[in-house]
Parts: sequence; structure tokens; C-alpha cells
Amino acid sequence: MSVDWGSLATVLVVGVVVTLGLVGLFTLGIAGLSRQEAAVARGTSAPAARVGGWACFALAAAAVGYGISLIAG
Amino acid sequence: MEHITLLIGVVIATALVFDFTNGFHDTANAMATTIATKAMAPRVAVAMSAVLNLAGAFLSIEVAKTISGGIIDEGSGIRPQVIFAGLIGAIVWNLVTWLAGLPSSSSHALFGGLIGATLAAVGTHGVHGDAVVMKVLIPAVASPLVAGLAAAAATRLTYRVGRNAGEHTARRGYRAGQIASAALVSLAHGTNDAQKTMGVITLTLVTGGVLAPGSTPPVWVILSAGTAMALGTYLGGWRIIRTLGRGLTDVTPQQGFAAQTAAATVILASSHLGFALSTTHVCSGAVVGSGLGRKGAVVRWGLAGRIALSWLVTLPAAALVAAGAALLADRGPWGVVADGLVGLVVCAGAWALARRRRVDHRNVNADEPAGVRVAPVALPVAVPLTVPVTAGAVRTGTLAATIAAPATAAPKQAEKEAAL
Repeated sequence: MSVDWGSLATVLVVGVVVTLGLVGLFTLGIAGLSRQEAAVARGTSAPAARVGGWACFALAAAAVGYGISLIAG
Repeated sequence: MEHITLLIGVVIATALVFDFTNGFHDTANAMATTIATKAMAPRVAVAMSAVLNLAGAFLSIEVAKTISGGIIDEGSGIRPQVIFAGLIGAIVWNLVTWLAGLPSSSSHALFGGLIGATLAAVGTHGVHGDAVVMKVLIPAVASPLVAGLAAAAATRLTYRVGRNAGEHTARRGYRAGQIASAALVSLAHGTNDAQKTMGVITLTLVTGGVLAPGSTPPVWVILSAGTAMALGTYLGGWRIIRTLGRGLTDVTPQQGFAAQTAAATVILASSHLGFALSTTHVCSGAVVGSGLGRKGAVVRWGLAGRIALSWLVTLPAAALVAAGAALLADRGPWGVVADGLVGLVVCAGAWALARRRRVDHRNVNADEPAGVRVAPVALPVAVPLTVPVTAGAVRTGTLAATIAAPATAAPKQAEKEAAL
């Protein structure tokens, strides 16, 4: 019997890297929108932070969509 | 389709019953942390999970194929009775663990049942031993570790990156993130577990000579399997939700989000590589990992150990019950009937026992996870003292005012809290 260590290692690496990537992106999105929140509280605006925040969310959503297309494929 | 006999009909019905127990056993996987952090109301959460389970059932049939042709040898003379016995074993074990509130793997119960019944009925050549080790046992050990590691790292990361986040944005953001990641886990659960039942029904139809070996599941099989599981999910296995969401560790929104994302990623990555892993193992591992990743979080290792023990026991226990059922079913039609009766008695018994200590959407977030004895909070004896405390209105310093204050609403509130 041969254990397929390669596939196991792939699951480990992909699992950790993709999770960190998704959670990291999403949290960056929250951080970006937080700056906007803080700016609004000061009576100004932080357009760059806001756009960046939404871009992070969009990237994370795209990654999820890719994942679903993988299982559907 | 004209050759579906009574026996095959019974086996298909039993498979759908198993699918139903699978649904309510595993609602916790997708929704426990989401419900515990109150990101979604319990009923709404299980409804969403049910819909996505059904949708997931239509996404893919890859796993169904590994069941019907993978671990059990279709050509070794397995008859529908054997599959029936396997399903009885799986259902019995699922109900026992549900009563105990233990998140054991429905997939392992199913595999164990099928393996046990096959061993008893046709002997060792009916089971592909290599496939069992490679596709079932190794993923069972590896997947919770991988998911736990990913969840721990992700929890640490999200706390670090989001440490300056504004309160309002963070609350809304993590809530959305939790809902999205729970939805993804539900979808993955639908594709994985509904397919296992589809595979069993297809295997039955093949052994009964209705379908040619190597056939893919017909549409009515996909639809009925998806629906049975969605119904079970909607009913909600509140006991297990409580264990996973409240028992293992105190889950914050950040942890819930990290754990669910890790679980979804690991499930998708490994199903893409052809491991039929247990959603339950992955999700429990991820919850424990998220507890390790947050500073100051407590992981209740005693409960985690008990859960791990139930994982070890699940496959052999279901196999043992199924082997007994298979020996009985082999005696003839009366044996099959006897098996069916035993199954019904266990279902009725479990249902009756569950009613005695009810766990449902109303008390799922109460502070005493099933089977875990949390030190009870000592309720102050003097009534006038407890009321203002629970009502959150007045402190002990102004005791004179507090005795006068609570009139009607506050005692009711206190009663409610005491009852929980």
C-alpha cells in the first residue's frame, strides 16, 4: 500500500495558504472601511481606504467563486 | 426502472432516512459558530443551510462515484440486504451520538456500516482495504489537524490585521464574513454528504440489477437525496450545534469567521484531490484551532478528547451494529423485517429520550453544553438582590431603591434566566 503523501502535503499547504489569504484579504477590507468610518467621524473622507477595502472584499469573493467553480467542474 | 422490487424500495427509503439523520447531525458543522456568535438567528441559519445543502447536491457527483465503486467491491456478490444492514448500523450510531451531543462523523458511520455489513455477509474480499486506509482513515487523522492549523493561523492573522478596526465596521464586517463562510461550508457539505447517499442508492440499484455497473446517479436520486438532507438540516441538530458552538471554546466573531473559512477551504481543496473526508472532523478541528489562535481563549480539552474518542469509535461501532444486522438479514425476509423493527425502535427511543431534555433553537445558546458540566453560577438567595442584577439596573450600593424598583417585568426576566 502506498500512502499518497504528495496529495496530503498539497492539502496542507493549499489549506493553510488559501485560508490565510482569504481571511487576510477580508480583514484588510474591514481595516480599510474602518479608516473610512474614522474619517467620517472626523468629518472628512478617506476615499483611497474605502476603495481599497471594497477591492479586498471583491478579491475574496472572486476567490470563493473560483472555489465553487472547482467543485462544480 | 420497472424492476424496483419491494426490498430495493425499502433500502432506498432507509438510505433517505440515513440522509435525513446526516442532515440534522451535521447542521452544526456549518452553523454552530454562526449561531453561537449570534451572527444569524438560529432558525434563519438552519434554513439557509438547508437550501444550500440542496443546491450543493446538484453541484457534482464525483464523491458518489467513489462510494459506489470505491471502498466496496460491487462485483463481490453484495445484495441489497447487505446495504440495508449497513444503513441500519449507520443510522443507529448517528442517533446515539446525536443524543450525546457528540459531533461524530456521519460519513464514518456510513462507511463503517457498509464495511461491517459487507465483511459479515461476503467476507474480506468485498472491501477494498487499501481504499479504506487511503480514502477514509488517513484523511480522518489529517483533516482536523490541517483545518485546526489553518484556523489557528487565520485567527491570529485577523486579530492582528484588524486590531485597529472601528467597532461598527468590524461588527458588520465579521458578521457578513461569517454568513458567507458558513454558506460556503453548507454548500460543500451538500456536495460531499448528499452525494454519499446518492452513491449508496446507486450502489443498491446496481446490486439489484436495475442500473448497469458504473452508472451515474439518476436525477430522481439526486433530487430525493438532496431533499432528505435539506429537511434534516432544517430540523437542526441543536444538541450538536450547542457542543460545537459553545462547548469547545468561546467563539468570537473573528474566530468563527476564521474557523469557517479554514473548514471550507480544506473541504474544497481535499475533495478536489479526491479525499472523501468528514465535514465534521474538519469543522471540529477548525473550531479548536480558532480557540488556540486567540490569546486568552480557553479550549476545553476534556470535551475535545471525548469528541476525538467518539471519532475513533464511530467506524468500528457502526460496523459492529451493521455486521449483526447483516447476519440477521441473511437469514431471509424475516431477518430484514427484524432489522427494520430494531431500527424503528432505536429511532423512537432516541426521539423519546431527546424530548426529556430538549435542546432546540430557543436554548441552543444556553451556557450548559450537552454533557459538559459547567460550574453553575450561584444564584443569590435574596430575591430583591438578584432582580436588579439581572435587570442590569441598579448596584448594591443603592439597595433601598432596588427593592422598590422591580415590579412586574424584571422578576419575569429573572425567572427566564434562571430557567435557562
